[in-house]
Amino acid sequence: MATVEHAQPAPVPRTGIVAWLTTTDHKKIGILYLYSSVAFFLLGGVMALLMRAELARVGLQFVDRSLYNQLFTMHGTAMMFLFIVPFAVGLANYLLPLHIGAPDVAFPRLNAFTYWLYLLGGLTVMSGFLTVGGAAAFGWTGYAPLSTATYSPGAGPDLWIVGLLLTGVSTTLGAINFMATIFGMRAPGMTMFRLPIFLWNIIVTSALIMFTFPVLTAALAALFIDRNLGGTFFEPAAGGDAVLWQHLFWFFGHPEVYIAILPFFGIVTEIIPVFSRKPVFGYKGFVLATLLIGAYSFSVWAHHMFTTGAVSNPFFSATSMLIAVPTGIKFFNWIATMWRGNITLRSPMLFCMGFLFMFLMGGITGVFLASPPINYAVHDTYYVVAHFHYVLFGGSVFAVFAGLYFWIPKMSGRMLSEGLAKIHFVLMLIGMNLTFFPQHQLGLNGMQRRIPDYSEASGYEGLNLLSSIGAGLIALSILVFLVNFFVSMRTGKVAGDDPWGGYTLEWATSSPPPEHNFHRLPPVRSERPVYDARVKLGGRRDRG
Amino acid sequence: MRGSTAHVGRARLGALTGLVILALGACSEDRPQSVLRPAGEYARKADGLWDLTFGVAVVIFLLVEGALVFTLFRYRARPGREAVQFHGNAKLEVILTLVPALILAGIAVPTIRTVFDLARKPEGALPITIKAHQFWWEYQYPGAGVVTANELHIPTGRPVYLTMEGELTDRVSGGNEVNHSFWIPRLGGTQDVVPGRITHLTLEADEPGTYLGQCKEFCGLGHANMRLRAVAQTPGDFDAWLSDQQQPSDPPSSGLAAEGARLFAEGSQDGQFANGPACASCHAVDSTALEAANIGPNLTHFAGRSTFAGAIFKRTDENLAAWLENPAGVKPGALMPDVGLTQEQIDALVAYLQTLE
Repeated sequence: MATVEHAQPAPVPRTGIVAWLTTTDHKKIGILYLYSSVAFFLLGGVMALLMRAELARVGLQFVDRSLYNQLFTMHGTAMMFLFIVPFAVGLANYLLPLHIGAPDVAFPRLNAFTYWLYLLGGLTVMSGFLTVGGAAAFGWTGYAPLSTATYSPGAGPDLWIVGLLLTGVSTTLGAINFMATIFGMRAPGMTMFRLPIFLWNIIVTSALIMFTFPVLTAALAALFIDRNLGGTFFEPAAGGDAVLWQHLFWFFGHPEVYIAILPFFGIVTEIIPVFSRKPVFGYKGFVLATLLIGAYSFSVWAHHMFTTGAVSNPFFSATSMLIAVPTGIKFFNWIATMWRGNITLRSPMLFCMGFLFMFLMGGITGVFLASPPINYAVHDTYYVVAHFHYVLFGGSVFAVFAGLYFWIPKMSGRMLSEGLAKIHFVLMLIGMNLTFFPQHQLGLNGMQRRIPDYSEASGYEGLNLLSSIGAGLIALSILVFLVNFFVSMRTGKVAGDDPWGGYTLEWATSSPPPEHNFHRLPPVRSERPVYDARVKLGGRRDRG
Repeated sequence: MRGSTAHVGRARLGALTGLVILALGACSEDRPQSVLRPAGEYARKADGLWDLTFGVAVVIFLLVEGALVFTLFRYRARPGREAVQFHGNAKLEVILTLVPALILAGIAVPTIRTVFDLARKPEGALPITIKAHQFWWEYQYPGAGVVTANELHIPTGRPVYLTMEGELTDRVSGGNEVNHSFWIPRLGGTQDVVPGRITHLTLEADEPGTYLGQCKEFCGLGHANMRLRAVAQTPGDFDAWLSDQQQPSDPPSSGLAAEGARLFAEGSQDGQFANGPACASCHAVDSTALEAANIGPNLTHFAGRSTFAGAIFKRTDENLAAWLENPAGVKPGALMPDVGLTQEQIDALVAYLQTLE
């Protein structure tokens, strides 16, 4: 058989929408992830506002019970599965190769596949709202038997299952890609103990994903079989077990909580040193604490099940308290990193401080929940809602914005407005405390989760109204951010390569970086190669 | 730069002050379901642990936030100041790891002791069996052979040992039952009622009174309306109540109520109403009929209860009439069917139900 030689045409660079649809560039994929996850954040936020509007007064004013149940289910699902984890994946996608001095991730086409799979999964989950019976309405935890076909008929719950299966596979593949990249593609000199702490958090997060998402996938598949193919995994009358779902879900679900917070620990650990003009305090302690949190997180899942009577409460109480210790190490190290520094409260640092102040509250209220007798009292009340919003909103979301203010100049080449950032911060801080602090008291007063209404006699109305006002302030603060973003992208100050006096390798290249990231790499001799290069050039050690 | 830092500091202080006022304001309200107002031995045990943990937590919270504020202020950027480049301090790191570990161990010891304590079956306790349905509660007093619904009567000064029997199948749909969770905040903790499992919870009330509770595990459309009440009575009153429950209620002999009794048992024709079966096919009026037709709540001494339908409606004629006319309309998700009653039938049934003392 003869072969015909064709002249190779010169590659035509793709532009416009085609470039975005076909890209395998980790930076573009990272940005797609960030846009998509923030879009789901806004969507989940609108659902939260509808719920807060409903709860502000006694009686049903805006939504009916069925829609309310769909809203809290999809709010939790959007925030946990479609916003907070994919945001971390997106940021890691953008930063990871830059941080290790690589041109891209190990498997660029797999990377593109994971993004499109995630988007498809997310839209599949949300499409439940378009079905006749509405979206899934059994809580983001999907407890069986309530989530089986008897009580949750219709296509909405099946779309929820299938959509989460798709995003779960996407997240797992992404984690494998990150691991391969970090272990295989580091620049010369970039030893494991010179990695930015952010990447250590990504390593542990990826490991947690690889061990736990398959469990979720299995549980969802089993639920799908129960619903559609006559299975009885979760049907006690036919020999199944109703508690099995809770075990499977929380064996995934508690590490998932760390998947939703560790990358954000990483973000603040990158930002705090830069604005303190110091190296991170106790690098190896940080790494050890991150590894310990990852390992312990597999031994605490049943603290979500203290009231089932089906688990060993003393054991899971002890492990749950133990996990506070490595978190405490981190807190100590963050403060010590600032100690004797030269601290400037630019917008990224401001949001990091918001993170520290608010996350501490969430961490401490968590210790109460680890105590089974207290848990028996406040389980499934608004106290728990307050607790995890201090962790995930006070913690993760503050770190989300810290990260955006810090790295958007690198991604876009333009600075965001500091003035608007400060307004955003103050509104969000007040709004979040107004929203979630009263919820502690509501829970202690006996208001349980997942109810669209409460009686006049319960005495819940005043605090609920305050909480709803706070939610409005949060929404306002997010609008300020969006205005800042869209205005600054057109008219913002040009950032230059290194607007903050950064330490890690992304600051050694242009903003935005060229397609293959670096024309030239500085030598890597510590965890702060860009700082080292600056000092060697006789530049300022420090910003006054 | 420094000006805006102070601005943020003021904003934060303002927010904090607001929150403190808020918390204080909340304390003066009436809180019928507050977990911090224990009304018996078992709720007090958890409350004691709360106090211990809260004390430690406040100290740690203030120390850490204080350290943060101090660091931010003391080491704020100043012209000419140079940050000191140090990387760690192994000895300090070890100490500051051990200290929180020891504090937590100090909390863990009494905590875990209380876990075992609460799990023990107390001596001389009154046993009650609890079954949970969408969206109401069924109580059985095994010693007396009595069954009742939604309003739990208990004696004061004596532990009550509840046994939750998770039903395998829902009595209406025939499908599997869902999870529920039993909770009376002022008398004790929470216990899930899980299909196919038997679990336990101990409660106790010091003083007579009515204590409010509710289902805590999301169980569907009617979850918010699955409430319950515990009526604590002195041992004498309780015994009297229990022996009343063992007697049948007096059947009405004449008038509207007697017509209601006939409709309840037989329907309008052949055991049926226009759109469904007679009341008696699901509701028993014999409170000792533990295994009888308790598909819906047992109604033997219905008029002795202050509320109905998952303890959400006051037992008034108007509420009963509205409920009978369209159960799922007034309590969304309710499994009791609208059997197509006429206004006359409703009036008769309400009259009958109100005689069941």
